[in-house]
Amino acid sequence: MGAVLQVVLVAVGSPLLVGMMRQVRARLEGRAGAGIGQPWRDLRKLVRKEPIAPDGTGWVFRAAPLLLAGTVLVVAAVVPLVSTTSPLDEVADLFAVVALLALGSVALALGALDTSTAFGGMGASREMIVLALVEPTILLSVFALSVRVGTTNLGTIVTSAVADPLAVISPASLLAAAALAIVTIAETGRIPVDNPSTHLELTMIHEAMVLEYAGPDLALIEWASAMRLSVLLGLLTSLFAPWGIATGNAGLLALLLAAVVVIAKVALLGALLAAGEVFMAKLRLFRIPELLAGSFLMALLAVAASFFLA
Amino acid sequence: MSLWQKIRKTGRVAEPAPERAPGNVLPAAAELGGSVQLRHVDAGSCNGCEVEIASVFGPVYDAERYGARLVASPRHADALVVTGPVTRNMEMALRRTYEAVPEPRLVIALGDCARNCGAFAGAYGVTGPVSDVVPVDAEIPGCPPRPEAIVAALRELTGR
Repeated sequence: MGAVLQVVLVAVGSPLLVGMMRQVRARLEGRAGAGIGQPWRDLRKLVRKEPIAPDGTGWVFRAAPLLLAGTVLVVAAVVPLVSTTSPLDEVADLFAVVALLALGSVALALGALDTSTAFGGMGASREMIVLALVEPTILLSVFALSVRVGTTNLGTIVTSAVADPLAVISPASLLAAAALAIVTIAETGRIPVDNPSTHLELTMIHEAMVLEYAGPDLALIEWASAMRLSVLLGLLTSLFAPWGIATGNAGLLALLLAAVVVIAKVALLGALLAAGEVFMAKLRLFRIPELLAGSFLMALLAVAASFFLA
Repeated sequence: MSLWQKIRKTGRVAEPAPERAPGNVLPAAAELGGSVQLRHVDAGSCNGCEVEIASVFGPVYDAERYGARLVASPRHADALVVTGPVTRNMEMALRRTYEAVPEPRLVIALGDCARNCGAFAGAYGVTGPVSDVVPVDAEIPGCPPRPEAIVAALRELTGR
């Protein structure tokens, strides 16, 4: 029940989140903005368009968008956003979630390589650099939280955080929060790591991989990217600000309340992220490993702190 | 913090949207439903039109509020915005870009040069106007066209 609500919420709400973030940026830049519903209008139009597979591409190119969207939907079902209980609770812990996200990224990178264009290969190699630095940081920073609980099950971690709210402001938790915030920005391709609205192929990371996708395939990729953003932001809020989340066998009313609370929290975080982007320029590509290594160090310190200060 | 003060002091610079006759939509663009992705192709322009396009998508005219957006790949596009007379070196590139756009696709000839070669008519490097190379759905006259004219033409595509 909670899982179904989560998937529906993420699937419908993610393009609206992206539209809201673009609107915030537009207002801060003095523009009027296209409105919150614009990403949904874009998706509706893309679905109606003709699908094109470039000459020489095979099943890898066609399977990548499906795999990307499929993995994100599974992650949306298991990550604690609205409810900490999930029907896949036994199999889906921290490792499964990180592996599923990585599977989607790798599938898209392989799809980009399959086009054998210069920009596709370049984008794929850059994405792999970022991925190789991001995945260990996600694992380590959630480790720091799981040490306290003694399990890697995300639902249990969040449940214990709800029971003990003051643990959120421990040094381990704060370090892990900072590390996870940086990797969330990197993983979702936002400024300062990647610019989602760039037109310059040479500066692209994520956008360079999807240059050859058209029509329904592109719609699937954009939808999946929006869902990744909202799932990761939702995970961030659930781990470090879990107030209002439904635990155990919560009733319908508790689930609805939790849904409203999580929408408000993710929207607030998205607005903050969009506003922060206005004040920042994109980092030079060779500085990105330094930023991500810094976030890895913070995650490592968080793990150390959770062992020694506990 | 100084940037924050600047943002607060500047406020909104986008001009109010001009009035628009309802129902005045290009039939070919009707199924796009308020979202038009544009790919700009410079087929040999003097860059006068490019400056105007840049200001159309800048904060003052803000064409993005009507649902138009410039994209980085013809595969993502619904319409090509072609500027300049088609030069010999750009003829094949323009044709291939047109073929890369998924159906339904539109072509906008922006500026006098794209419509009828303008000041470059008869020059040795020029193949001809855009309509000689790819079918044109909409034309925007002017050398260069004013941003208001470009915005009005784009709104006929997005219907907003």
